[in-house]
Amino acid sequence: MSQIYYAPTHEYIVVDGNVGTIGITDYAQHALGNVVYVDMPEVDDEVEAGQDFGAIESVKAASDLISPVTGTVIEVNDALADNPRLVNQDPMANWIIKVEIADPTELDNLLDEEAYKAICK
Amino acid sequence: MDNEIKKTCLHDRHVALGAQMSPFGGFDMPIQYAGIVEEHQAVRTACGVFDVSHMGEVEITGPEAEKYVNHIFTNDVTGAPDGKCFYGMMLHPDGGTVDDLLVYKRSTTDYFLVINASNIDKDVAWIMLHADGFDVKVENLSDSLGELAIQGPDAERVVEEVIGLKCAELEFYTFKDAEIDGVPVIVSRTGYTGEDGFEIYAPHDVTVKLWDKLMAAGVAPCGLGCRDTLRFEVGLPLYGDELADDITPLEAGLGMFAKLDKQFIGRDALAAQKAEGVTRKIVGIELADRAIPRHGYEVLNEADEVIGTVTTGYHAISVDKSIAMALVDARYAAMGTPLKVRIRRKVFPATVVSKKFYKKSYKK
Repeated sequence: MSQIYYAPTHEYIVVDGNVGTIGITDYAQHALGNVVYVDMPEVDDEVEAGQDFGAIESVKAASDLISPVTGTVIEVNDALADNPRLVNQDPMANWIIKVEIADPTELDNLLDEEAYKAICK
Repeated sequence: MDNEIKKTCLHDRHVALGAQMSPFGGFDMPIQYAGIVEEHQAVRTACGVFDVSHMGEVEITGPEAEKYVNHIFTNDVTGAPDGKCFYGMMLHPDGGTVDDLLVYKRSTTDYFLVINASNIDKDVAWIMLHADGFDVKVENLSDSLGELAIQGPDAERVVEEVIGLKCAELEFYTFKDAEIDGVPVIVSRTGYTGEDGFEIYAPHDVTVKLWDKLMAAGVAPCGLGCRDTLRFEVGLPLYGDELADDITPLEAGLGMFAKLDKQFIGRDALAAQKAEGVTRKIVGIELADRAIPRHGYEVLNEADEVIGTVTTGYHAISVDKSIAMALVDARYAAMGTPLKVRIRRKVFPATVVSKKFYKKSYKK
């Protein structure tokens, strides 16, 4: 049974066991507008909670992607390299990276759906 | 100087349209409405309207107006017919750029200057300072005039049919004084998009009325986001990016707008720089990757030494490539020179190309 958490910097993480699937929220893709580039890490790269692991770029600006958790990248969504606009079409289906979560207690620092919706208002 | 953010006469309209607003040049300006890409395409393929009321306007009148304008302006307005527009710069004595601007010649005793919003205070002070000893009157009209830019291949039809201004006879870079509901306005065949288009300067109430008419006729409202992508693709400079107090027109590749065979402030420094050759230059660069070189990113040579910085960069909409303008060491400015750009933690190969990334479609 997977569980979803949100960072105040508008990333989501869907947690299934010790695997976290990270992407940006629908609110974030809407605010960014047309996504034209996603700068992603590579498999086996380490990511750290609160630190950037890449960037997502709209026409006008680059925004850092902040990792909600510490861990190791086990998969990157290569489809975004050729078609970054998939993020606009469905940001949940078109996640950015999957990580092996090093410390599940970090999830306690994240927001649940209700709390995240509240900050998007 | 007050630091309070200013609003144009159309601010309420932008908010009502749901525009994404952001500060630019001291004004709270619309960045996009439907989206930068959609607005960009509207201007390239049909017509869009920009609120550019943040731009500053200064009128110079008096018996020595022409002599004075030629003293502060790099381009040469002497002998030009009334109704002609000129692009050029005002320079510091060392050749650095105070601002780039348009000069409209009404007559030898009446010139209308259009300056960048971010430089209004600086420019007006500069213009006043150097007017000393000339028989001219300087009037800053920036707070009383609005400006609309109607741009795109359909612009002529829109201005004639929607606004009701005869403009077909205007040639590129000319203007005329006209009237809308009895109020004097200026309309010029100018713009900042690389497309055919017009700019209309009018008092605030008339500007709002024209905007409403254009919206009612379905003309796409366009924000500063696509104004930047449009001007960038055709290699037009933006003050603060490709031009600055410490960048000369020669370094920016705009030497054709500085007439060294006449006198103007900064002329001697520019002539010396031309004789010696520039040591750095604005070039176009193209990346093989989709990664986007942004303003301020480092440009490296093949030995990984920093030889310049990106001034403007995008994944360009009309050409679907990651391209940039960059200020680089002149030794690396030749077309085809292999360079690199540092984008966050990675370094991407790039090549020097023409900065005319997309062909202009002016009606000449």
